[in-house]
Amino acid sequence: MSNKNISKNHEEFLQSVKRRKRSIFIVQIGILFFGLFLWEVAAYFKWIDPFIMSSPSRIWKLFLEYLTRGRLPHHVLVSVTETIVGFSIGTILGLLISIGLWWSNYWAKVFDPYIVILNSLPKTALAPIIIIWVGAGYTGIIVTAISVSIVVTIMNMYRSFISTDGDKIKLLNTFGATKFQVLRKLVLPSSIPNLISTLKISIGLSWVGVITGEFLVSKAGIGYIIIYGSQVFKLDIVMMGVVILAVISALMYKLISTIEKKFIKWIE
Amino acid sequence: MDSTKVVEINNLGITYHTLEEETTALKNINFDIFHNEIIGIVGPSGCGKSTLLSLISGLLKPTIGQVKVNGNIVDKPLENVGYMFQKDHLFEWRNILDNVIIGLEIQGKLNDENIKQAKELLHSYGLGDFINSYPYQLSGGMRQRVALIRTLLLEPDLLLLDEPFSALDYQTRLAISDEIGSILKKEKKTAIMVTHDISEAISMSDRVVVLSNRPGTIKRVFDIELTCPGEWSPLKCREAPEFRHYFNEIWKELDIHVE
Repeated sequence: MSNKNISKNHEEFLQSVKRRKRSIFIVQIGILFFGLFLWEVAAYFKWIDPFIMSSPSRIWKLFLEYLTRGRLPHHVLVSVTETIVGFSIGTILGLLISIGLWWSNYWAKVFDPYIVILNSLPKTALAPIIIIWVGAGYTGIIVTAISVSIVVTIMNMYRSFISTDGDKIKLLNTFGATKFQVLRKLVLPSSIPNLISTLKISIGLSWVGVITGEFLVSKAGIGYIIIYGSQVFKLDIVMMGVVILAVISALMYKLISTIEKKFIKWIE
Repeated sequence: MDSTKVVEINNLGITYHTLEEETTALKNINFDIFHNEIIGIVGPSGCGKSTLLSLISGLLKPTIGQVKVNGNIVDKPLENVGYMFQKDHLFEWRNILDNVIIGLEIQGKLNDENIKQAKELLHSYGLGDFINSYPYQLSGGMRQRVALIRTLLLEPDLLLLDEPFSALDYQTRLAISDEIGSILKKEKKTAIMVTHDISEAISMSDRVVVLSNRPGTIKRVFDIELTCPGEWSPLKCREAPEFRHYFNEIWKELDIHVE
């Protein structure tokens, strides 16, 4: 409840909260610029070997060069598309499987050990096999991305589904609800917060899958830039690839939290 | 109260099975409940009070015997039986209006007319300003009132209340039980209320059933006749001179020893 007549004390309190928030932001930006500055200076005075460590100015120059030569947008587009496709398919498939497991306790028990093993297995180990099986093009990379992200989606969402409040299910049963109604009216909506935190994890894992796939086989993509740079021993290229990757994946994460804030008004 | 039987319980019993043991929770329950009657059920903890409600509602199936509501044997949850739980169980992602109509939605009965009725009920129970609010914005007492409206909208012939006030603080609890007791009487509902609060049972009920320790059986039934001052309301009935007498009698029947 907001009150129009704010007292002086309250105003001071709000001011101090705002000041603190601003101060945190300034220090965050400060650390970034200080780091970049130190890196640049160290490279300039040859405290570190700029050939191996690169430097912000070299990365920037290279970035502009790649941008004007026109190949960079293509590389970024390829990787982003692969990630979004892999992430979407992985999420939808993962959700369907976890709904299936929730639906049948029997089959959930049957598959339990397999899911546990799949979860503990580093999925990147499967990438070479997947690429041989489904082909060395975009599909191989997308399937790799799916395989890395889907298990977490299944495990998290299944756990979220079965932790639905038993009394709430009982309540719907007293209304005579069918199992499908329980799923649609209660289990799915109550799992939305968990779905969003799972999306935040699986978008990152999809990137792991895509980059791994691109390391192994690709003609384009950010992973391709990185592996190419390291093979020709141009660390500027590698560093640029990593920085671009960091920026894009942060943007995607931010996008999901924006959606979260927009759609979930019912959490205090 | 009239002589139409709403609930008939015949020789009811239930046994639970777990890997370790077999537990008889209830046995030999025989009881009839008449129209417009409020029944309070008290008993030591673990005696099967809530199980009895689950059996009457059709959420559980009895091992032996049967329950009839309006003459029909209960074998699944019935549309004309409303259930109120200890917690309000409002759905956090639905606003208050959407919360009260969930039962109608499930039963496929939602129409403009009963949405209007839902709004009117919310208004008349002091929740008019909160129709578009989310549950977290309401106090415990208001939430429980929303839960009652959700139940009443289905126009149940029989209400089952499973310790409906025990999650509330004491003051709210007194106020809400008074309010809900009056609503039940006004709307001429038949209700069965499980509680561990003896005073609550006496003040709200027409009859109080005392269950024994497990396996739960009916130990004694008290006909509550209070000379309440003024208009009937659970809170005022606590001032009736007979109140203490019933309290002591029920307390003795419960036979609770702290070990």
